[in-house]
Amino acid sequence: MRKLIIIRTISQTLFFLLFVYLIISTQYSYTPGAENVSGWLKFFYDVNPLNLIGISIAAGVLYATLALGLIVLLTTILFGRYFCGWICPLGSLNHFFSSFKSERKEHRAIGLMKSNIYKPYQRIKYYLLLIMAGAAILGSLQTGVFDPISLLGRSISMVVLPSFTWLLRTSFAALSSAGLQPLTYLGEFLYRSAMAMFLPAKQPVFHGLFWLALIFLAIIVTNRIYTRFWCRAICPLGALLGFLAGFSIFGLKKNEAACDDCNKCLLHCQGGDNPHRQLPHHRSECHLCLNCLADCPHDALSFGFFEERKKYIPRPQLTRRKMMFAGLAGILAVPVLRSAMDGSYKTTPRLIRPPGSLDEEKFLVRCIRCGQCMKICPTNAIHPALLEAGWEGIFTPFLIPAIGYCEYNCVLCGQSCPTGAIQPLTAEKKNGLSGSKPVSIGTAFIDRGKCLPWAYDKDCIVCEEWCPISPKAIKLKTESIATANGGRITLKRPYVDAELCNGCGACEFACPVQGSKAIYVNSVGESRNPQNEMIQHRLKPNRSIP
Amino acid sequence: MKRREFIRQTVEASAASLLIGGGALWLGSRNDETNAAPAVYEPKNYRIDIDPNRPVLAAARGNDYKRAARMAIEALGGIGAFIAVGDYVCIKPNIGWDRTAAQGANTHPDIIAELVTLCRQAGAARIVVVDVTCSAPERSYARSGIKAAAEEQGAEVIIASDNYLSEIDFGHDSLGRWQVLKPVLECDKLLNVPVVKHHSLCGMTGAMKNWFGALSGPRNLLHQQINDNLVELCRLFQPTLTIADATRVMQRNGPTGGRSDDLIEYDCVVASIDQVAIESFATRFLKKNPADFPFIIEAERQGLGVIHLPDSQIAEIET
Repeated sequence: MRKLIIIRTISQTLFFLLFVYLIISTQYSYTPGAENVSGWLKFFYDVNPLNLIGISIAAGVLYATLALGLIVLLTTILFGRYFCGWICPLGSLNHFFSSFKSERKEHRAIGLMKSNIYKPYQRIKYYLLLIMAGAAILGSLQTGVFDPISLLGRSISMVVLPSFTWLLRTSFAALSSAGLQPLTYLGEFLYRSAMAMFLPAKQPVFHGLFWLALIFLAIIVTNRIYTRFWCRAICPLGALLGFLAGFSIFGLKKNEAACDDCNKCLLHCQGGDNPHRQLPHHRSECHLCLNCLADCPHDALSFGFFEERKKYIPRPQLTRRKMMFAGLAGILAVPVLRSAMDGSYKTTPRLIRPPGSLDEEKFLVRCIRCGQCMKICPTNAIHPALLEAGWEGIFTPFLIPAIGYCEYNCVLCGQSCPTGAIQPLTAEKKNGLSGSKPVSIGTAFIDRGKCLPWAYDKDCIVCEEWCPISPKAIKLKTESIATANGGRITLKRPYVDAELCNGCGACEFACPVQGSKAIYVNSVGESRNPQNEMIQHRLKPNRSIP
Repeated sequence: MKRREFIRQTVEASAASLLIGGGALWLGSRNDETNAAPAVYEPKNYRIDIDPNRPVLAAARGNDYKRAARMAIEALGGIGAFIAVGDYVCIKPNIGWDRTAAQGANTHPDIIAELVTLCRQAGAARIVVVDVTCSAPERSYARSGIKAAAEEQGAEVIIASDNYLSEIDFGHDSLGRWQVLKPVLECDKLLNVPVVKHHSLCGMTGAMKNWFGALSGPRNLLHQQINDNLVELCRLFQPTLTIADATRVMQRNGPTGGRSDDLIEYDCVVASIDQVAIESFATRFLKKNPADFPFIIEAERQGLGVIHLPDSQIAEIET
């Protein structure tokens, strides 16, 4: 029995390490021309059936590789929630943090046993799933906010890894500035090794870090009080798999004759499914962790096929009325969430979406808030929205050019997107090099009250310097300016050419007017939304009217 | 037991007091470092004056850029005249932008590769290639081709971080405080390897503008007094050799460029021990004269170099 536990633990560890490894690998590799990102990086998002079901309902499409989710769905129908017990990286993390609870004192052991008995709060996740299903029917995909893979992916990409690399960098720098030569060499050696393996050259920092960290920490810490609270009470993927596990032909079997009610099976039960004799077993809650099997001193438990249905509770214990209300709540939530944007997708000036993004209505039925585009962006330009896209768009990606701009030749974000919310582009398509119109994500505006040549009579034009477009989307006019003391100086002053500007934000990034940039990007002019434009394009280039 | 108890309590109380009191005394005796200033920088002149019979500037033309770089340095006296056995050499190319080698925004990787090879042949102990980029460093280093080309020849290619930057005070009459690349400060021989291209503000990005890449910090402030700042950089950083890449020269829409019809292929590599001379020579690749550039005129006025070298000191080589 112990052997199975060891195998299960190895499985959990391997999948967790694989998950972390894939996230770390979601970055620009040094090989020139290697703009193609391996499809394997999206593995966990592809096999996640919540994404499959969510997008099928919300968008009405079956997106490419998400079909792998079918494998998990079908095997869950056969075997039950093995995904939760053996594979899910957040599940494994929660398992770890729920462990090592003292059983030395009898009252502690009894407390632990009692905490693992099935609780009514475990039904919350099913209602949450139904709320999301209701929202999805109306075209709002919210599964990503609570999906465990997306959540862990966001947390690792934007909280854990940057904190860890910051700590590393700080210690390397401390070593190098300690003043002792061997320590300096050590610091430099460690830094170079880390750079070769995983350390990004620039330390990323993410908007919304505090909230992402708080949510992640809350989930981890709650495990100390209630074992696997997230998995039991909130996880919508767990709920989906729980619904399906109700059909499973494989599961826990109790030999009631051999049992003496010692309740040791309850000590380390992960699912909260009542493996003990006194209460009926809930198959939809069982994670197949097999801890009960190992803990039972009387061989009273086994796992097998075709247990009699009357001996356990196959389905989640939900009332029809509550299920209906949950679905209705989801449906009604959509106009409420959306009312933050006046009932239609009113354009928000600072909502600059990554290049290749679908128009907002289509975007929000696909984005699973995985945060991979944010992780892979080499300039740290893409960030999770808090309320910038409304409540409906929480954790969806948007650009903050003052932190990072969209590099002209880079198309990594679309490559990393598992659901096509950001369509994969080639550099040619993005920049209109093969005759098609270039992709634009916005337009730059100059605040003449802040710009150095406009307001302070000083030379600058760093914005024009950084503009990656040829011919430049920022034009310069050499003007003779009267100065306050009666003299004249000559200055070059910048003007944005709105027809050429693609909204990349390099100008905003480079502008020396810190804190409140003199040149800034708004989303107007984004090619994904033809309604969101301010320049009428010329009807015909050779009309006689100038 | 009363005595033992007494001794024990006394010892513990004394130890605690000594620790706290001693610690306080020690802390108090330390200098308050919050306002400690970094050392004021004394410009280090890496220039080596060579054989007076040799040219001061050599321009080699040909479409094998490695060969052109090699022949230009040969004409000046060969790499052995500049690099000694055991030297720590710092090569400072322009790797500013996420552009390919053909797009002309960065130094051509062939030139860097050849310089690394030559330095190795001259017996250099450590060759570092480094630049503080504008675009994302990984992309610039990779897509410019410089990382691969330099590493292939055995150079140490470093992406700058806090480890490799020192805080330097240039003095408030000069550029003030900046984070400066440590290899530039600590090397034995310094090679400046700029690419010649158009720049809207100062007219040309060349040898002097390339020193922006030795600094990390708010470089976007330097444009306000661009000409004065360029001359200061020329004064603060005086390399052993300047090797200017005039192989494909961006005529407009610099310094980022992007289109091949912004470029003219001059196929020329220029080397010189005189920063001002090479800067002046490079203006022809933008179809201009040194007189069009205030920073070149001022640099000569400050004695940092010579604009018009006599013909005998210039070598033009067809390879």
